Amino acid sequence: MKTNQPINQSTGSPITLLTNQLINQTLHLADTALILGQRNGEWCAHGPILEQDIAITNITLDLIGQARNFYQYAATLINASENKNETEDSLAYLRNEREFKNLLICELPNGDWAQTVLRQFLFSAYQELVLEKLKNSSNEQLAAIAAKSLKETQYHVKWSSEWVIRLGDGTTESRDRMIKAIDTLWMYTGEFFIPANYELTEVHLLKETWFQKVRSIFEEATLAVPENTFMQSGGKSGIHSEHLGFILAEMQILQRTYPGAEW
Amino acid sequence: MINTKENIRSLLRQVCDPEIPVLTIMDLGIVREIICTNDDAVEIIITPTYSGCPAMDAIAFDIKMKLMEAGFKQVKITYTLTPAWTTDWMSEEGKNKLKKYGIAPPQNISSRLNKLLFEEEKNIECPQCHSTNTKLLSQFGSTACKALYQCMDCKEPFDYFKCH
Repeated sequence: MKTNQPINQSTGSPITLLTNQLINQTLHLADTALILGQRNGEWCAHGPILEQDIAITNITLDLIGQARNFYQYAATLINASENKNETEDSLAYLRNEREFKNLLICELPNGDWAQTVLRQFLFSAYQELVLEKLKNSSNEQLAAIAAKSLKETQYHVKWSSEWVIRLGDGTTESRDRMIKAIDTLWMYTGEFFIPANYELTEVHLLKETWFQKVRSIFEEATLAVPENTFMQSGGKSGIHSEHLGFILAEMQILQRTYPGAEW
Repeated sequence: MINTKENIRSLLRQVCDPEIPVLTIMDLGIVREIICTNDDAVEIIITPTYSGCPAMDAIAFDIKMKLMEAGFKQVKITYTLTPAWTTDWMSEEGKNKLKKYGIAPPQNISSRLNKLLFEEEKNIECPQCHSTNTKLLSQFGSTACKALYQCMDCKEPFDYFKCH
């Protein structure tokens, strides 16, 4: 019988859909954490004040650490099912743009500090809900990574919530910048809740809780929640904005030019 | 050499955290299990403090070196993520060492952390003058595991090993 099911090259047995789903789910989590980490890392030595420079780069370190854990697990799954020799590094440095499954919001340029902290808030509030679900996953390794990451993400949510309030309810200048940041970023929050065919978490069920959280912080920040706006999507399935290619070029050029280079 | 877990533990008490060298990995509570697989083979299971802790590779290397110096032929280091590390596992001895070193030790039980916005852990004792009249400067300090505080009496800024 002829099917479209992929075949394990070494054993000749079909790769189960379940394994594929799990690999893609893990890569989506890894890519999302890596790309946002890479973006936030651009603030290193450029933060508005020293303490906040250190804060955003600490968050970056957490995200890159989470990405490493997810990539290592994805590599184990891929190598077991497809007889390949993937590593966390090959998955991060040698895959092409269309193979990346990160959320679009993560790849957008940092903009100003308002846009950076707003993105962190919108994302971390979402990531916290996803990790809480994954923590109870029947997949032990995903559950372990999620439980570990969750403790870090809770710090990110608190830190970024405080910044949204501080700027939104701050000076005319900071408030204007926060409103502009909402205009720029809001359309990228829609895809959070559109389930990809590989997602194990029922992300559409998280929308209301996320929305309530965002609304409560926006209210305290005296900011309005946008209504009925057009929403972008595509990141989860590899359809990206023009920005991802530039990040990957910068991130991957060394490994692609000097394969296996170490320092 | 008597190859007992206690012997291995005492060797591991000589392996220090590369970022806070006053603490051993036993003080930190990151050694989760010691498995003697053979007379000269041992497996050490460790867990990271934070997902992105850059010290883990150095720690794994140092454990290997220390145990091999002591005569072990095979040392296997295994990482585990579960249960997730918490500052509740830090030893009392470790907390005292931190204080003497100039870092305020974690003072609360992590599960009782206040997550309210704009609320900070209060009454953190200044490691210099022991005043508790201190304030948070930044939730994130020189490493992922520390926050930056300042003493309002002696005015010195200091690191606080935050509850996690």
